[in-house]
Amino acid sequence: MKSIKDLEAIRQRTLEEVNLRNDRHGIRVVVGMGTCGISAGARPVMMEFVEEIKRRGVQDAMVTQTGCIGVCRLEPMVEVYMPGQEKVTYVLMTPEKVARVVGEHLINGNPVTEYTIGAAE
Amino acid sequence: MDLFRSQVLICGGTGCTSSGSPELIRLFEEKIKEAGLEKEVKVVRTGCFGLCEMGPIVIVYPEGAFYSHIKAENVEEIVNEHLLKGRIVRHLLCREAVEEEGATRSLDEVDFYRKQKRVALRNCGVIDPERIDEYIAFDGYKALAKVLTEMKPQEVIDVIKASGLRGRGGAGFPTGMKWQFAANSVDDQKYVCCNADEGDPGAFMDRSVLEGDPNAVIEAMAIAGYAIGATQGYVYVRAEYPIAVKRLQIAINQAREYGLLGNDIMGTGFSFDLDIRLGAGAFVCGEETALMQSIEGKRGEPRPRPPFPAVKGLFDKPTILNNVETYANIPQIILKGADWFASMGTEKSKGTKVFALGGKIKNTGLVEIPMGTTLREIIYDIGGGCPGGKKFKAAQTGGPSGGCIPASLLDTPIDYDNLIAIGSMMGSGGMIVMDEDNCMVDIARFFLDFTVDESCGKCPPCRIGTRRMLEILERITEGKGEDGDIEKLETLAKNIKASALCGLGQTAPNPVLSTLRYFRDEYEAHIYEKRCPAGHCKKLLKYTIDPSLCKGCSLCSKVCPVGAISGEIKKPFVIDSSKCIKCGACQEKCRFNAIVRK
Repeated sequence: MKSIKDLEAIRQRTLEEVNLRNDRHGIRVVVGMGTCGISAGARPVMMEFVEEIKRRGVQDAMVTQTGCIGVCRLEPMVEVYMPGQEKVTYVLMTPEKVARVVGEHLINGNPVTEYTIGAAE
Repeated sequence: MDLFRSQVLICGGTGCTSSGSPELIRLFEEKIKEAGLEKEVKVVRTGCFGLCEMGPIVIVYPEGAFYSHIKAENVEEIVNEHLLKGRIVRHLLCREAVEEEGATRSLDEVDFYRKQKRVALRNCGVIDPERIDEYIAFDGYKALAKVLTEMKPQEVIDVIKASGLRGRGGAGFPTGMKWQFAANSVDDQKYVCCNADEGDPGAFMDRSVLEGDPNAVIEAMAIAGYAIGATQGYVYVRAEYPIAVKRLQIAINQAREYGLLGNDIMGTGFSFDLDIRLGAGAFVCGEETALMQSIEGKRGEPRPRPPFPAVKGLFDKPTILNNVETYANIPQIILKGADWFASMGTEKSKGTKVFALGGKIKNTGLVEIPMGTTLREIIYDIGGGCPGGKKFKAAQTGGPSGGCIPASLLDTPIDYDNLIAIGSMMGSGGMIVMDEDNCMVDIARFFLDFTVDESCGKCPPCRIGTRRMLEILERITEGKGEDGDIEKLETLAKNIKASALCGLGQTAPNPVLSTLRYFRDEYEAHIYEKRCPAGHCKKLLKYTIDPSLCKGCSLCSKVCPVGAISGEIKKPFVIDSSKCIKCGACQEKCRFNAIVRK
């Protein structure tokens, strides 16, 4: 990196990807992969999201990892950011639950309420 | 592979197995066969779902119907209604999983989150920690760019001073002052160190920051380097944190690749680089002088201060050492200004604090709250209170250096000075909640046991004194306490506090002192009445059968592993105390609550 301009260029380039407001483009699926999440089984959940998204041919969706979200007792947690929608937090995820989230939420736009944090609270 | 339209998941974890899940699996398989569904529905035994208290748990996919507390007689209904006819048996669903109108779907709407204020944890759970680009997108390295191009080193220190930021490692020393001392020292080489040797039992704040947002620490250390005139930094992190170490190393490599570490950062002429040093898990290496000895490759033992590290630290050069969480606050203070940071918190403790909630609390996890939040808000509003409706007894903060805060002080606003005043301390942020079943003498014994194990042995007050204290506490919990033990503990505590070499020894008596202060009656009950009020200390317990409640079913005598229970059917049974090993199996089995533990 030669200058602060370069830093700003990276910022702008990545900004759309990580835009967490509902005016974003594309789907962002974020899997909590702190020690808590991984030990609760986040890795197979993340792999299943990648596979299922591929299987169903969902366009413009990105699966990514993040650190501890904080509610360690409800790990594995997955947050889904969709264009035009508020963020949805899924808790106690399993690879078996993934197909429904991809099918109903990512493809059809209806969050699977019973898997969300509100249902677990 | 056969394809099944539906899967019945039955928990085969230890908890659910003991509450009868193997029988359920057998019954489900039988009933499914009877209904002719064996080709369509698969029964799967799974690992623990983590909700053992609701066991046995059965989950039916694809609907994800979550049935809890399932008994053998419920199986047929689930098979006939749900699996055969596709109708979820709503009255057997876990109560909390039943959908309601206007359901909460996002973490942000839950009470657990609403009361929090995320500064140090702002990126944790949001960005991908292994991609520096995402950190940059959230204004990462902008603070470094700002200080390198717009600010003089002294201006940086002035901002940190004005923000009121105090060390998040526990002692609460003003960070700006620390930096000023190091900046004032004149030498050809200075160092910036980060203490990530988080060793308090139950604490995991620093690990989570390093795992979730490693670049924030790197950026802050570079800023600190610029402020005090250092070109090299070290992060001392314990080897037991493999994921944190890996992500930090990835972040360092990416920062180097982008030229955000190394020579001539962003073309400004400033150079700074960073290396990781792994700690082998000795608690004392979290003490600053011992930590530096360890980085130098020597045995991790503290040395007397002064000279302070800001004058003579790592390799005898001026050094600053800050905690992970302290650093995580720095970039935002630079970007948003000292006033913004100082607007949060109390008069003497600014900003927020991260706590790792653990122990007897519903929402185990990581929280960040503004200073001045009361313990009641943390434990009840955020933490959800003690599980099982048990009564809250105390909260332990500060780990082996801290103390226990009783229920009567729940409304104390949390800050550095208030916690010291009530006999505890902030510590790095572990908060262990205890309910009525916890014996406070045993808690003190547990922490002393930890300190005795971890004492490096260099100074006699800590090496010998803490062991003597532990011996007295062990005696008390075994029912061999004597008149005068409490006074002996107090004298030892006072002397160790006054004479130990480092923070580990000086604070080691705190758990004993604070429990003596608030729970002296429990000590006295152990010593004079040979009784443990919480029913925890095994040697002081006695199991008896209440003859008026006992129906003489003989269940208890069948589960007793040592044959200590005898009697005639339909007449009250008795426990032979000389044989009883106090395992509690009889009490668990008794259906009439006839077995009393006292």
